[in-house]
Amino acid sequence: MKISIKVVLIAGLSFVAQQVLPWYSAVIVAFLVSAILPNGKLNAFLVGFLGVGLLWLVYALIIDIQTNSILTDRVAELFTLSDGNILVAITGLVGAVVGGLGSLTGVYFRLLFTKDVSAYY
Amino acid sequence: MKLVRFLIALFITISVTVALNLKIGIAPPLGKFLDPFQGFWQNAEKPESFQNEDLTLKGLKSPATVRYDSLLVPHIFAENHEDLYMLQGFVTAQHRLWQMEFQTHAAAGRIAEIAGSDAIPIDRLQRRRGLAFAAVNASKEMEKDKELWSWLTAYASGVNAYIQTLSYKNLPIEYKLLDYKPEPWSPHKTALFLSYMAEDLSGYDVDIENTNALKLFGKEQYDFLFPEAVEDRQPVIPPGTDWDFEPIPLKVPELRVPDVKVAQVVEKPDQIYGSNNWALDGSKTATGRPILANDPHLGLNLPSIWYVMQLQMPGMNTYGATFPGTLGVILGFNDSIAWGSTNATRDVRDWYTIQFRDGAKKEYKFDDKWLRTQIRIEEIKVRGEDSFFDTVLYTHYGPVVYDESFKGKTGRENLALEWVAHGPSTSLEQLTFLKLNTAKNYDEYVEAIKIYNSPPQNFVFASAQGDIALWVQGKFPAKWKEQGKFVMDGSSSAYEWQGFIPQEHNAHVKNPERGFVSSANQFPVADDYPYYTYDGKYEYFRNRRINAQLQAMKSATVADMMELQTDNYNLKAAELLPMMLDSVQYTSLNKQQVKAYDLLKTWNYVNGPDTKAPSIFEIWWKELYYSVWDEFRNQGMALVYPEEYNTIQLLKNYPAHDFVDQKSTPEKETATTLINRSFVVAVDSVMSWSERNEQEYTWGNFKATSLQHLARIKPFSVGNIQIGGGKSIVNATSSRAGASWRMIVALGDDVEAYGVYPGGQSGNPGSPYYGNLIDKWAKGQYYRLLFMKDKEATPEKIIFTNTFSPEK
Repeated sequence: MKISIKVVLIAGLSFVAQQVLPWYSAVIVAFLVSAILPNGKLNAFLVGFLGVGLLWLVYALIIDIQTNSILTDRVAELFTLSDGNILVAITGLVGAVVGGLGSLTGVYFRLLFTKDVSAYY
Repeated sequence: MKLVRFLIALFITISVTVALNLKIGIAPPLGKFLDPFQGFWQNAEKPESFQNEDLTLKGLKSPATVRYDSLLVPHIFAENHEDLYMLQGFVTAQHRLWQMEFQTHAAAGRIAEIAGSDAIPIDRLQRRRGLAFAAVNASKEMEKDKELWSWLTAYASGVNAYIQTLSYKNLPIEYKLLDYKPEPWSPHKTALFLSYMAEDLSGYDVDIENTNALKLFGKEQYDFLFPEAVEDRQPVIPPGTDWDFEPIPLKVPELRVPDVKVAQVVEKPDQIYGSNNWALDGSKTATGRPILANDPHLGLNLPSIWYVMQLQMPGMNTYGATFPGTLGVILGFNDSIAWGSTNATRDVRDWYTIQFRDGAKKEYKFDDKWLRTQIRIEEIKVRGEDSFFDTVLYTHYGPVVYDESFKGKTGRENLALEWVAHGPSTSLEQLTFLKLNTAKNYDEYVEAIKIYNSPPQNFVFASAQGDIALWVQGKFPAKWKEQGKFVMDGSSSAYEWQGFIPQEHNAHVKNPERGFVSSANQFPVADDYPYYTYDGKYEYFRNRRINAQLQAMKSATVADMMELQTDNYNLKAAELLPMMLDSVQYTSLNKQQVKAYDLLKTWNYVNGPDTKAPSIFEIWWKELYYSVWDEFRNQGMALVYPEEYNTIQLLKNYPAHDFVDQKSTPEKETATTLINRSFVVAVDSVMSWSERNEQEYTWGNFKATSLQHLARIKPFSVGNIQIGGGKSIVNATSSRAGASWRMIVALGDDVEAYGVYPGGQSGNPGSPYYGNLIDKWAKGQYYRLLFMKDKEATPEKIIFTNTFSPEK
């Protein structure tokens, strides 16, 4: 399966999960996807990183644009950031890091039960 | 090996996730907070996100409607009292929940629960002041009134119904930042809010400082420095009023002031010092019908202290400013009347020395008996730490605020506070406002305010029928001359309050000859009033300016009222500056000083935001004022300086007085010396201010009015607002206080009302309605208030509607 499809899968499932579940449901989604679908370690980290990271980045960006940055700028100032866009980026980064970690843990979990992984590199 | 690898990865992932779900230091839980689906991003409101909604509400008896106009003012239409107040609670919580809870937590001394140990001192002070004690007394009293209690309960269930709709996603942002959750509302919290206001408005006294000054200077000097009255005062209730009653008799003891010296007093609310109200009768207005104006001044915060609403049900249609947390309209109008208030300056709190029997403090001396103290252990919960416990002793006067564990040093300063706001018989304030909401005429207004006790207010009134009136209303202890002006001996019954002024003896005026009534925190009455009145601080300038303007007015219009409310004329400067300028030795000035002098010389005494003269005058006068009162510095005791007004009198009438001389210099200073010296300093400091701040020293910049977020979150505050005025000016907007609500009501067959306040209807910093009214407020402009006859009226002015139906 292509990486891009997994990225979309993680993003899509996280999107659904996060409508009702707490923020860390994205971590669990990334974990499950990589635990179920075969993946290399680096790729696993990457799909989680991109899947959750892009989702958070884009969603934050949409809100930022729709609301004319009304709150983005205030919260950015609170975090002593010079620009609201940096806050959008940080939001994406936080999602990316936890998504990547969740996904990486998922692949290690999968490896507990599989023998040969080299085929997937 | 594989297992270890997995466990390490799992451990790291879980650790990072948990860390991002925790509040660390002052930072919110980052993962939770930044999550765009439920974190702070969801608090950002789209301009178009205000839409019609149909909601169900448990406990509602009949369907109800809430219409929002373009200012996001809700117009609530209900069928009965319970529904109306339930909706008021629900709607207020929708827009101001965090503020409602934070203010009542502050009153209860529970900020450390949210903010941690830094807040212990302020919480401790609140407990020692007895604000929660006052609220408990008030709740008990309100519970006796079954109807009132059912309304308070309905309000609480409205707030709680809203709280129940909340998940993390739609919690107000402050909860997300500080990482805590709202707790249920209750009528007790309404009482807590009322005690919060009582503290803010009547929590100031200088009895301890007076006592120190008396010891330091002696009685003769003290009276010279702090005269109880001044010659050209214009009391709220004009002289010549016929007081057709006998005052209640008092036993007057010899004035003996106990030997206490307090180095440092507890923090007191700032003397805001700016509220104005007045009403003109038909003889002075263009329409021939009364006009009422009110601008209460309070600390400038965001979310704003006021929330504006219209409340309508069969038999009631009222509009005005409400307090989030209390029921009904507080300052406003209905079809028939308008009312408003300013703080009535009056000492309603006194201090007594307490002589304990022994170190156990279980008993204290009172005449030839020993009375038992009540012990309250105050548990102050502290976020992330063990609770802090404070023992507060209660006497029959009230709480012992000062003792050796709090501000007292020698162990001799045990000072108990007796304060009208503590109750027990106060607390029907809430009912006063609900009665005003439905009052139709003067008699019903009097009926409403006569149960009002604390904090004392000058209630102004006007009716469509043509009456105007003003009552100085509150529960006032009847005092003998100078009773309670100084700390009193609590071990003798001779000094305690002997009774209260009967309500009908309270000073008031109805339809006076001059055609108007007014108040601006000045002296309440002239010498002819049969009771002793005293306060540690009066206003001396604004009231005279207002009266002069009103006196001169003929055929007054709403526009004239707007002009007067936003009037920036500096009467203090007009009375003082010519004398200061005349004393300056012009020939010895350098270029910069000449420039400043000329600016002042040509100034028209208007404190406009773009002018520079007011900045120079302000700093010059401050400098001069402090240099006069060098006797008050470094005395090792708490003192207040004499009033500005009295300082001006001293400089004008006794320029060579011993007090004018600076004790630290060998030479003998006179007013002229100090004026010249302070002028040089003032010009220097205004220039260096300009350099330091890289700004022109215009009055707007220099005064730097700001609206501070209640939790002092800087990006949620608004700073450097360009607005004129200042202390002692009708537009008494200073740096941190100002007109919290400007209202003008022209009565008639149809009410015509205007208003504005510094803030916005939404308490959410992510809402376009958070601070949208600030601009007009600063410019001195107003909004025409939409007073709807019924829910179908003026649909073109409604931006969206929420309908509420009972839950089946």
